[in-house]
Amino acid sequence: MPTKKLKFIAGTALILGSVLWLAISGFEEGKAYYQTVSELKSMGSRAEGVRLRVGGIVVPGSIVRREGAVEFQISQDNQILPVRYVGKGPLPDTLVDRAEALAEGHYRDGSFEASMVQAKCASKYEAAYGESSEAGPES
Amino acid sequence: MNHLGNFSLMAIFVLAAYAVAASLLGARKGRPGLVVSAERSILACAALSTAAVFSLVTLLFRSDFRFEYVANYSNRDLPTFYRIAALWAGNDGSLLFWSWLLIVFSAAAVLINRKQNRELMPYVVATLGVIILFFTYMNYWVCNPFEQLAVVTASGAHQVFAPADGRGLNPLLQHPIMVIHPPILYTGYVSFAIPFAFCVAALLSRQLGAEWITSTRRWTLFAWFFLGTGVILGGRWAYVELGWGGYWAWDPVENASLMPWLTATAYLHSVMIQERKGMLKVWNVSLVITTYLLCILGTYLTRSGIVSSVHAFAESDFAKIFLAFIIVAAAFCAWLVISRLPLLKSDNELDSLASRESSFLFNNLLFLAACFAVLWGTLFPVFSEAIQGERVSVGPPFFNKINVPIGLLLLFLTGVGPLLAWRKSSLDSLRRNFLWPAASGLVTGGVLLAFGMRHFYATVCYMLSVFVVATIVQEFHKGTVARRLHRGGNYLSALVDLTLVNTRRYGGYVVHLGMVLIFIGIAGSAFNVDRQADLLPGDSLSVGDYSVKLLRIEDGKTPNYDWVATVLEVRKNGELLGEYDPQKHFYRASEQPTSEVRRYSTFREDLYLVFSGMTEEDKATVQVYLNPLVRWVWIGGIVMFLGTIVIMVPNKRELKLVRQREAEARMREEKALRDEVA
Repeated sequence: MPTKKLKFIAGTALILGSVLWLAISGFEEGKAYYQTVSELKSMGSRAEGVRLRVGGIVVPGSIVRREGAVEFQISQDNQILPVRYVGKGPLPDTLVDRAEALAEGHYRDGSFEASMVQAKCASKYEAAYGESSEAGPES
Repeated sequence: MNHLGNFSLMAIFVLAAYAVAASLLGARKGRPGLVVSAERSILACAALSTAAVFSLVTLLFRSDFRFEYVANYSNRDLPTFYRIAALWAGNDGSLLFWSWLLIVFSAAAVLINRKQNRELMPYVVATLGVIILFFTYMNYWVCNPFEQLAVVTASGAHQVFAPADGRGLNPLLQHPIMVIHPPILYTGYVSFAIPFAFCVAALLSRQLGAEWITSTRRWTLFAWFFLGTGVILGGRWAYVELGWGGYWAWDPVENASLMPWLTATAYLHSVMIQERKGMLKVWNVSLVITTYLLCILGTYLTRSGIVSSVHAFAESDFAKIFLAFIIVAAAFCAWLVISRLPLLKSDNELDSLASRESSFLFNNLLFLAACFAVLWGTLFPVFSEAIQGERVSVGPPFFNKINVPIGLLLLFLTGVGPLLAWRKSSLDSLRRNFLWPAASGLVTGGVLLAFGMRHFYATVCYMLSVFVVATIVQEFHKGTVARRLHRGGNYLSALVDLTLVNTRRYGGYVVHLGMVLIFIGIAGSAFNVDRQADLLPGDSLSVGDYSVKLLRIEDGKTPNYDWVATVLEVRKNGELLGEYDPQKHFYRASEQPTSEVRRYSTFREDLYLVFSGMTEEDKATVQVYLNPLVRWVWIGGIVMFLGTIVIMVPNKRELKLVRQREAEARMREEKALRDEVA
């Protein structure tokens, strides 16, 4: 019965086609490029207007909460990037000194305006105990 | 204690290897004795694995900081309650706990099937044995939780040392839900190994009749139940503990647990078609296998740190070995299915588009599409880096854009599917069944539009929700009325009786009802409002009908942490609701802060208060979220939970059939005996 089969195939194609279309349009809205701090700096003007994700270690003592925004710096391979968090919602509690942070947002004039920040304290939880210090963990 | 742990792991490794070899050999050579010995060694593994877990827990309770794991995940002041949670706080310990669950479930499967499925069991045991071997190998050689902290002294010798105190448990895990959420979620993940083993056993032994389907369906339901409950509890934990006002962020770890749930849900539906019509055999076998592989992939994603996520554990050798295991398992399963294709021929064909079968088919297609979209989005950073050399991530807009319409279509099918007849529905029956539900859905839409609702998806969601609830009520009502007509009795007892006679069907409706409630809650998020302000004592801010005023800032200390609190006075339309004190805790051992949110929760909406920190100007940054209908997500979860329990209650109808079959078998035997005598 070819007509019946045809109906099923048409239905399936319709569903898969719409899903694909949604996937492509959703992808354009949500995509963000991962960059390291040094890659970002060498991108120059190309970095502007693109949604980016930058990762690095939070520079100790750099987190400053001001009215309306929180500022901090992340570093990677001795390169430092100032980040200004202007997103909605509180910053994750895991954003502390020396945490691994991932900021998503836009790059403008040497500073990064983040709308989303993730952080994990990998340095704290997974770091090896100092092999030379018999006294135990630093801190 | 560590010796007991290590010895147990070694012994499990040896016994699991024996179980694989003995059960396969026993099945090939037709020697049941060997098979039984293999099964007993699985039982012995369960005892040994329990001993290994016991020894790690003992070390945690003793605060024996010579052990790296104990030092990394606990500290002296950690409350007893959370020392248990430390067992699964880190990679090594959680893997031990994972293996323990796997082995205990394997032992349970062995015990349940002492008398039944005897031809499948050797292969079930062998499959489970291989999985146990892999996890035990990882646990002993790759991430052993019994490693001691050692330093190399000047003379070159290793010297064990113990730090004065441990680093403490991640404070985010110090929450009651975190004591139950991981075990429940892990139970879900791990117990999918049993249906998988039955499926592989059926394929290996070429016994693809009804037996494996029955065992697989029951175990899948069990695993699905725990996985779903785990996912909901994870959302609940994120909501009350992470303090960003939401419960789902399309985080890779969340996605990892959602994917097998989606494929398992698809399977639980499509298996009904196989049971009734002998169709979709290849499809079902593939779904069971895919579900298990997704469980393993989820474990891998969570632990390998391959996709950046707040949850992910650090990268390690672990990742490579685990990936190799997934690839080998996938390749083996693909070969197995392809080589057995001739045995998986369909007994029937689809008759009509307007039939139960085709609605299940589309339901499956949608579940798979959702799963694939989530998988694609989750792994996209990895793919794009491998192919283009550029790591590109896709955010929540991607996931929402695809999954919201898919979810709504599924919601639609939830209402439509159960009302369609098997094979083909007549136009007349369609009209009869859909008149009231469709009408109530449309009226809902009209009312919402009249009240000014303009959000497209949310409006559609509420229309469909009412439609589905109406179909469910109609089904229960019709069944009850019909039952009273036959048997009499009052309405309530007929309703209960009806449910007990066909627990699968009516329990299923209850699960659907729970799902509808979850959809209602999720759609509420379309109307979330939030505001943030930096406040001095006396300042206030307002959100919707609520006003929040900062009264004062307090602080204090406990043995485990220091705290700062903002005391807020909350009013609704000017009426005082009370004082709420969202806090910030600073855990001393881990040097980590956490936010303790406060909520004013009603069936209509949640007012969610977060104190996010002090500014340079000494103002308190307060975040206020107004989340409509969130509570329905949790209520829906509970309803699903109850519905699944109804499904698991043995069916009166099924019990009757079993008894009938037994009686028939007895009669045949007696007859055969008489014939022999004659």
